[in-house]
Amino acid sequence: MAIAQPRVRRRRIPWHLIVFLAPAVLIYTAFMVYPLFESLRLSLFSSNGSFVGTANYNQLLTDNNFAPRFWGALQNNVIFFAIHMLLQNPIGLLLAAILSTRILRGRAVYRTLIFAPTVLSVVIIGFIWKLFLSPLWGVAQGGLDAVGLGQLYQPWLGLSGSALIVVGLMSVWQFVGIPMLLFSAALLGISDEIIEAARVDGANSLRIFRSIQLPLIAPTVGIVAILTFVGNFNAFDLVYAVQGGLAGPDFSTDLLGTFFYRTFYGFQLQLGNPTMGATVAGMMFLIILFGVVLFLFGIQRRLQTVEL
Amino acid sequence: MKSRLIALGATLTIVLAACTSGSSSSQPPASQPAASVPAASVPAASVPAASVPAASTGGGGQVNLTIESWRNDDLTIWQDTIIPAFEAKYPNIKVTFSPTAPTDYNATLDSKLQGGSAGDLIACRPFDLSLGLYNRGYLASLNDLPGMENFDSVAKSAWITDDGKNAFCVPMASVIHGFIYNKDIFTKLGITTLPTTLADFHAILDKIQKDGKYTPLVMGTKDQWESATMGFQNIGPNFWKGEDGRKALIAGTAKFTDAPYVNTWAELASWKPFLEKGVEGVAYPDAQQLMASGKGAIYPAGTWDIGYFESTGLKNIGFFGPPVQNAGDQCYISDHTDIAMGLNAKSAHSAEAKTFLSWVASTDFATLYANALPGFYSLNKNPVTVTDAVAQSAVDLRQTCKSTIRNSYQILSRGTPNLENDLWADTAADVNGTLTPQAAAAKVQAGLDSWYKPGNVPQPGESTAP
Repeated sequence: MAIAQPRVRRRRIPWHLIVFLAPAVLIYTAFMVYPLFESLRLSLFSSNGSFVGTANYNQLLTDNNFAPRFWGALQNNVIFFAIHMLLQNPIGLLLAAILSTRILRGRAVYRTLIFAPTVLSVVIIGFIWKLFLSPLWGVAQGGLDAVGLGQLYQPWLGLSGSALIVVGLMSVWQFVGIPMLLFSAALLGISDEIIEAARVDGANSLRIFRSIQLPLIAPTVGIVAILTFVGNFNAFDLVYAVQGGLAGPDFSTDLLGTFFYRTFYGFQLQLGNPTMGATVAGMMFLIILFGVVLFLFGIQRRLQTVEL
Repeated sequence: MKSRLIALGATLTIVLAACTSGSSSSQPPASQPAASVPAASVPAASVPAASVPAASTGGGGQVNLTIESWRNDDLTIWQDTIIPAFEAKYPNIKVTFSPTAPTDYNATLDSKLQGGSAGDLIACRPFDLSLGLYNRGYLASLNDLPGMENFDSVAKSAWITDDGKNAFCVPMASVIHGFIYNKDIFTKLGITTLPTTLADFHAILDKIQKDGKYTPLVMGTKDQWESATMGFQNIGPNFWKGEDGRKALIAGTAKFTDAPYVNTWAELASWKPFLEKGVEGVAYPDAQQLMASGKGAIYPAGTWDIGYFESTGLKNIGFFGPPVQNAGDQCYISDHTDIAMGLNAKSAHSAEAKTFLSWVASTDFATLYANALPGFYSLNKNPVTVTDAVAQSAVDLRQTCKSTIRNSYQILSRGTPNLENDLWADTAADVNGTLTPQAAAAKVQAGLDSWYKPGNVPQPGESTAP
């Protein structure tokens, strides 16, 4: 008698699941999944509406007009991502570790201040930094002069060798609060008992961080990495705000996002080309998909989540 | 299996979120005021057709006309000055000026025209964007419009089919290039005659440089377009002989690697020592403010800057045209066609709209408009008096110099790579000294050669996306 009951229950349609999932599924499908596939479909057509298969992708990857811009943007994007991985995330982790120590006073104040740029509009961020670095009235030159390093000053945003790095650093400055917050939350999740036990065993802070905290927050490190990857390969607004749609000087700050923008919408006298733009978007999708899949199946699944 | 599904779901979610969260903020770059970069056409994501009624007939036989425009800066001038003047003359026609943000205009207008909700009168961007609308049947031909005879062929060139047979917008305004100078600084340094030749120009620059207190020449290269627009297209017409050179490029009989163009780039490269330190990082508004603060002597300009400087308190300024190569040479100016007005082919009140357009083509309108917006000049053949002295001195150049337009605007920017974009990037690099004049010329010409075959011109607007 007690055995038969569960069988009956299992057959019932889980209406509550459907009801709760439906709004999100419908909205995502209508506004995200459908447009995404529509965009991919568009990339298979020529601008006069005829189906051309993968010809647009061929053109993007090999044509003398498109390929250098595409590979240039991809290369810049990789550098942009590298800057974030090498600076933003380690600094975020460091800040989180420092802010998680009990001895520091005013932790909430620091956390708020460090997080503040993240909530500012990117246009404001770009404007502030453009002013800082302006050769005419920027504080950068005055600041360097004050410590006797005035001759080091260069109009970095205007030089093709340094512009991308400077824009990358601005972005790091703006978004360092996000990894800090995620790492902080993960660190808070580690129970004090383990830390105390380690301390009783004679471990110093560095050892505790390396052997206990870091392994325990490894899944968060992965999530931060993937968010950075996705965010960076979609980046557009900061470059557009600071360097303009042509991503100067001489395309040295051109990312896939700005390249897509110019291709799809056009720029100044350049008319927009929706199908080629969709092709660029398609490549961005594939790059991000490839990166995310590689990460999830290659790395994230090997990480062990330890239940405490 | 279950975990793999979850992972896949997570992947898709992240990618989807990524792909849709991308370009949300498409603010116009602060460095490109709508006025200064004619045809700055950066439409944001396709905007749904707004619910502006095409035209509605009011009571008592009165007709309402709506103007579509990107000049939202000019809204008060239209409402307070221009439209009342028209309505006083034609009391049975009411006009509404309904502007869209410059960066949204092209896309918004396109969807309104497709949806049949666009206004009766359409402000026309120069060249291909409007030609595309005409080719697709959204703009009516205005060949028989009374008043069109007030415009010469250069004025009409921006709003006419390639064969010159069908004009589809009434030219409204142009902007002129030249140099704005600070009169106080010139007086202080004892510079009494304005330069007419490049040698004079450099003598003056040297003199200001020697004095050391002022930046001789104020222009940034960070935003790139200044170098091309206020540099190359400003002084260039004197090198390539205005319309002759411009048309020769289109005909394929001249190339950017020819002497006139290389010499223009060489002249621009010689500006570097006179420009402010760190010019590579100086943006357009920075340069404007440096000039406005009285620390700069000469500013390569478009006439739209006159209004800006006068409003910031830099009142004592003058204007001189681009210097010629040798004394006695014919001078040429870039008198660039910037804005026009056309008729929505599907307008329900085309007769009244044509009345308005005829009025726009009249000298009355020209005087009204040029005085309301100093630095924007009527393209009308009949001379117009402008009360702003600086703006008047700029438009006086039309009496002695021959007018031309920017050479990249007609036909030559239809392909990939885009000629205008190349001119921006390579001219900025030329001024910065990272590209020699010869290399800049070779790069620009190679880009053009890769798609442009004279006589075989692609038409804008014929192809539509599926």
